[in-house]
Amino acid sequence: MNARTSDREPIDCEEALERLAAYLDQELDRTGRDEMERHLERCRSCFSRAEFERRLKERIQRGLVLDEVPREFEERIRTLLGRRASES
Amino acid sequence: MCKRHGNEEETWFAEAVLDLLPALLSGALSMAASRADAEDLVADAVARAWERRADLRERDRLRGWLFRILRNCFLSERRRRHARPHEISLSGEGEEDASFSLFERLHQPFLLWWGNPEQEFLNTLLEEDLERAVNGLPEHHRVVVVLADVQGFSYAEVAEVLELPVGTVRSRLARARSRLQEALWNHAVERGLKEPEARVRGLLE
Ligand SMILES: [Zn+2]
Repeated sequence: MNARTSDREPIDCEEALERLAAYLDQELDRTGRDEMERHLERCRSCFSRAEFERRLKERIQRGLVLDEVPREFEERIRTLLGRRASES
Repeated sequence: MCKRHGNEEETWFAEAVLDLLPALLSGALSMAASRADAEDLVADAVARAWERRADLRERDRLRGWLFRILRNCFLSERRRRHARPHEISLSGEGEEDASFSLFERLHQPFLLWWGNPEQEFLNTLLEEDLERAVNGLPEHHRVVVVLADVQGFSYAEVAEVLELPVGTVRSRLARARSRLQEALWNHAVERGLKEPEARVRGLLE
C-alpha cells in the first residue's frame, strides 16, 4: 500500500478521540497533527470536545501552579546551598 | 577544575535550583502526605543534587534530573517509613478504566443547560474544587497529572522522572485525568451546580 495515500486517509471520530489527549499534549508528529486538525475543522462534535479538554487542562494548570514558595522555605534552601558551597 | 570555574559552576547551579523551587515544591506536594514533608523532601533532594552535581552533563537537563532525584528521595523515604514496601500503586492498574468524560456528562440533553454548558462548568469551577479533586487522587495518578498538566512535562520527561516506559505514562495519565474529571463532576453535583432554572432566573433578573 502506498504510504502517502494512507497518510491522506481522513481519520474518523473514533480515531480523533483516541488521539485527542496526545494532540492537546503536543505529542503527535506532524502527520498525526495535520490529520487531527483536518478532522477538527470538519467535525463540530470533536471540535467542541477538544476545546473543552483544552480549556480544562489550562484551568487545571492555572489553578494548581505554584508561582512562588514561602519565604521561609526559600531561605532554608538558600542556607543549605550556601553552606554546601562554602564547604566545597 | 580551577577554583574560579568551580565557583561559576556552583553559582549557576544554586541560582538554577532556586528558580526551580516552586516547580519542585509543587512536585513534592503531589507525592508527600503533608506540606512539611514536601518541604523536607525538596531540601533532601537539593542536598543530594548538590552532592551529585558533577553527574549533570547538560545544563538543559537540570529540571528532569532534579525531579528524578526528588522522586527517588520520595521513594526511599517511603521505603524507610514502611519496612515492607507495599505496592498499592501497581495493583489492579490494568483494570482501571479511563472512560469517564466530563464533556459527555455535560452534554446530556436532559440537564437543560442554558447556553454553553461546558464553558459554564469551567467558569464556575473553583480553585478549591481543583485542589480537592487532585488531592483525592491516588499518589501514582496525582504525580502524573502534576508533572504533565501543571508542570508541562512531555510524556518522555515524565517517563524519565518516574522511570517508566512512555506507553505506561500515556495510559496512566489517561486514567488519572478520567478520575480527576469524575471527581470534579461529583463535587459539582454535590454542590448542586446543576440548577438550570435558577440560572435562567438569574439571567432574567
Ligand atoms: Zn469527529
